[in-house]
Amino acid sequence: MTEAPERTIEPLDLPADPGPSGQVGRPVLRYGGGDRTSGAQKFLADLSFPGALQVALVTIPVGCADVLGVDTTAARAIPGVVDVLTAADFPSRVPRFGVSHQDRPVLAEGRVNYHGEPVAAVVAETLDAAQAAARAVRVEYRELPGVYSLDAALAPGAHLVQDPSIRPGDPAAATNVLEDALYTWGDLADEEARTSVVVADVYTFPMVTHFPIEPGGTVVVPTDQGGLDIYSPVQHPYLLQRTIASVAGLPLNRVRVFAPDPGGGFGGKQNPKIEPLLAFLALRTRRTCRLVLSLEETFQSMRRAGCRITARTGFTQDGEITFHQVDADFQIGAYADVAPRVMAKGSYVAAGPYRVPAVRIAARAVLTNTTPSTAFRGFGSPQVAWATESQLDAGARLLGLDGLEVRRRNLVAKGEAFVRGESEATADGEWWQSLEKAAELIGWGEPLGPNRGRGIAVGIKPGATSGLSQSLVRLLCDGSAIVYAGTSDMGQGARTLWQQIVADELGTPLDEVSVVSGDTGTVPFDLQTSASRSTVFMGSAVLEACRDVRQRVLALYAESTGVPADQLSERPGALVTPDGELSLPEAARQALGSLRGEFIGQGTRRLRGKGNHPLGGDAAFYEFNATAIEVEVDRETGELLLTKHVTVSDVGTELNPLQVVSQDEGAAIMGLGHSQMEQLLLDEHGRIRNLGALDYRIPTFKDVPLELITGAIENHDGPGPYGSKGISEGALLCTAGALGAAVAQATGVAIPDLPLTPERVWAAMEAAGTDRPD
Amino acid sequence: MTSTHADDDLQTVTLTVNGSERTVAVPPHRTLLDGLRDEVGLPGTKSCCAEGECGACTVLLDGRAVNACLVLCVEVEGRDVTTVEGLSRNGLTDLQEEFLNAGAVQCGFCIPGQVVSAEYLLRTNPSPSEEQIREGMSGNLCRCAGYQRIVRAVQATAVRRGGGHD
Repeated sequence: MTEAPERTIEPLDLPADPGPSGQVGRPVLRYGGGDRTSGAQKFLADLSFPGALQVALVTIPVGCADVLGVDTTAARAIPGVVDVLTAADFPSRVPRFGVSHQDRPVLAEGRVNYHGEPVAAVVAETLDAAQAAARAVRVEYRELPGVYSLDAALAPGAHLVQDPSIRPGDPAAATNVLEDALYTWGDLADEEARTSVVVADVYTFPMVTHFPIEPGGTVVVPTDQGGLDIYSPVQHPYLLQRTIASVAGLPLNRVRVFAPDPGGGFGGKQNPKIEPLLAFLALRTRRTCRLVLSLEETFQSMRRAGCRITARTGFTQDGEITFHQVDADFQIGAYADVAPRVMAKGSYVAAGPYRVPAVRIAARAVLTNTTPSTAFRGFGSPQVAWATESQLDAGARLLGLDGLEVRRRNLVAKGEAFVRGESEATADGEWWQSLEKAAELIGWGEPLGPNRGRGIAVGIKPGATSGLSQSLVRLLCDGSAIVYAGTSDMGQGARTLWQQIVADELGTPLDEVSVVSGDTGTVPFDLQTSASRSTVFMGSAVLEACRDVRQRVLALYAESTGVPADQLSERPGALVTPDGELSLPEAARQALGSLRGEFIGQGTRRLRGKGNHPLGGDAAFYEFNATAIEVEVDRETGELLLTKHVTVSDVGTELNPLQVVSQDEGAAIMGLGHSQMEQLLLDEHGRIRNLGALDYRIPTFKDVPLELITGAIENHDGPGPYGSKGISEGALLCTAGALGAAVAQATGVAIPDLPLTPERVWAAMEAAGTDRPD
Repeated sequence: MTSTHADDDLQTVTLTVNGSERTVAVPPHRTLLDGLRDEVGLPGTKSCCAEGECGACTVLLDGRAVNACLVLCVEVEGRDVTTVEGLSRNGLTDLQEEFLNAGAVQCGFCIPGQVVSAEYLLRTNPSPSEEQIREGMSGNLCRCAGYQRIVRAVQATAVRRGGGHD
């Protein structure tokens, strides 16, 4: 295969009317949606593997312990049990893996570092036998004084979550700080000297779990060629392929990852977790091994980093921010996963999308004996935005400004830097338009009823800072087309967009475009499905592949018909000949002639990072959102009734307005989860107390605001196809800030801790003496 | 002593699934959810929380919406079960079409349960108010949080069926 053409991300030439044949920009219904409503869609647990062995994990009921012994005798005696794998079964040390630190063992090696970390795995002919045997495995352990909170982890002499030996050469190896980040610009002393008002507080953001409705799991099939077929509903099949190849010592071509559509991912299904363990089980038994996780096991395998943010912010009398200081500690859990990057990338924007002359942001990724945290929609931004947005409102209240006005006075204009210093970042959109539209839609300034309050906030998140997506598009001889694109479709609707793009660019009817994904054996490389990148990266690759197809049609048409190529031209959906225009499928049919065949176009979109940039490169785009919330507080109970919730995102171009609305509403309500009700609670042994759907509350139908309105700002100024940007996270970035400001206005009390549960709101009113209006 | 449910523990249960009589041999602890998925071979009904909180496994049992994870196979002897597959035997229903039209289907994992719950709601209340839809559907979780889209889908279906609400 020839080298695919490369370019860096840059705005494409924008057609005056995006979407020449009109599918792009329309609310096209979801690709594959019919199967998803009829029950025909096959998720991982629905796939049939006759004769597969079933796997059950063995865990112990504490968060930190030395494992003294594992007795598998009784388990092995249970009929149907094929094998029990423990750390002792590995020839030397247990292999470790991880995206940034190779710190996570395939099975706990001598020590359990969080509640739910598997100590052993049972393989049996039936699930009943596997689960019975898992209960029969006797684990002798000695509980250790694990660190389950930031305070405990950072205390002098604290128990070390990771043995210093697995952090060789790291000067901080004798602490629980895994990584830190520091961003500074301007002169804090100078700015403080001209400051009129200073606000300071300590904010907390809870540990929350992704709670995909599909718990997930993995099936590994050993192949006759000594390789492995891995079935896992992951966002990053190509990363999983590389990880398995590495720990199993196999070449990439013998590890094939099938990724059935994730039933919800939200970041939790990005990085490998149990797949390496399943791979070893399959290699040992030479049988297909299957594990479908319970929801409880899923809770124990993914969460968002909790965060504590100490913030100090100065303002002039006019409400201009003079300086902003942030110390942010992210509670990341027992292993790194991608959490150090969550810390670094989230805190990078901890001064918000504002014009701040002097800033000092110091952030740390702190290990604790808890579930390893990972990517979760927003990727560190919601945590810091909670603090920064609350600080703006605190300053505004002291200065007699409202939340809209203080943001108007500080929001950067397009092209203006909001991160300064060596790694400057500038606004890539007319962000003020989102702010003003949100204010308009909420009815900012209109009179409020009793016990009501209104808040407005903005949020920002850097998109991908490097990336690579490759795509193939096949135009078949009958004019239908097949797109190969490795993006995982976990609900965002990526395949629908590829279908729309191909329909417009090749002139193929929408329903004659099919999309293949989820198979590393047949679909070209895609770095990952994360950071709302796919529209920009894979979308551009698909677009380029379509243009490649058109060039090839033109060339073969010239060769087949004898019309000189320089008398031909192509445009979306058509070939222009001296005798007039032909639809591209018709031109393709004529060019292919009686031998038929097909055209194969390829597209690549690559964004190389910058070695000297703290994030590894400039963001391809920013997600910007403004959210406004109106709330009514029940002063007797502290309950919040959201009467109106508005969210407006800067989207560049809406390629599919229906999918944008779905994503925005979904993100907004997910944001209400961590703002109002969600939090993982631990007991003194580091066990999750609210483990499972019964005790861990997420938003339901009854938590949806009475009015939920989403809006989009379209200036066609994004780097993706037709001026698009990624949009899937924006609407939850600043939900908490908007809600917190609304509650503060309604109650007269600003609460720095999330979630704003009825109990917490009631207690705050009680403490402030504001709970009795008369 | 741990039981492993040998074959002689199996109990025979005969039930009607989507209009067809089916007989399965299951251990007494087997839930209707697992029985439908693993024994009857209908994986459209989804498993998530396994404790009756999420609604992903909603089926109609003698015409009433239940969480299949909270019902044992042995309890459904002689009874009538309709799964999502049974609703859409003749292609997508009006309700399923409206789910798509409203943009209610994202990852799709909860959707079979949502569709069955919504079908039950509309059969028992052909003209539900928005508040009644929120109440009636409140046992079904959607982490993509397509709730408002689903409400619109139910409203549109009610109108199509001659119901609807001012």
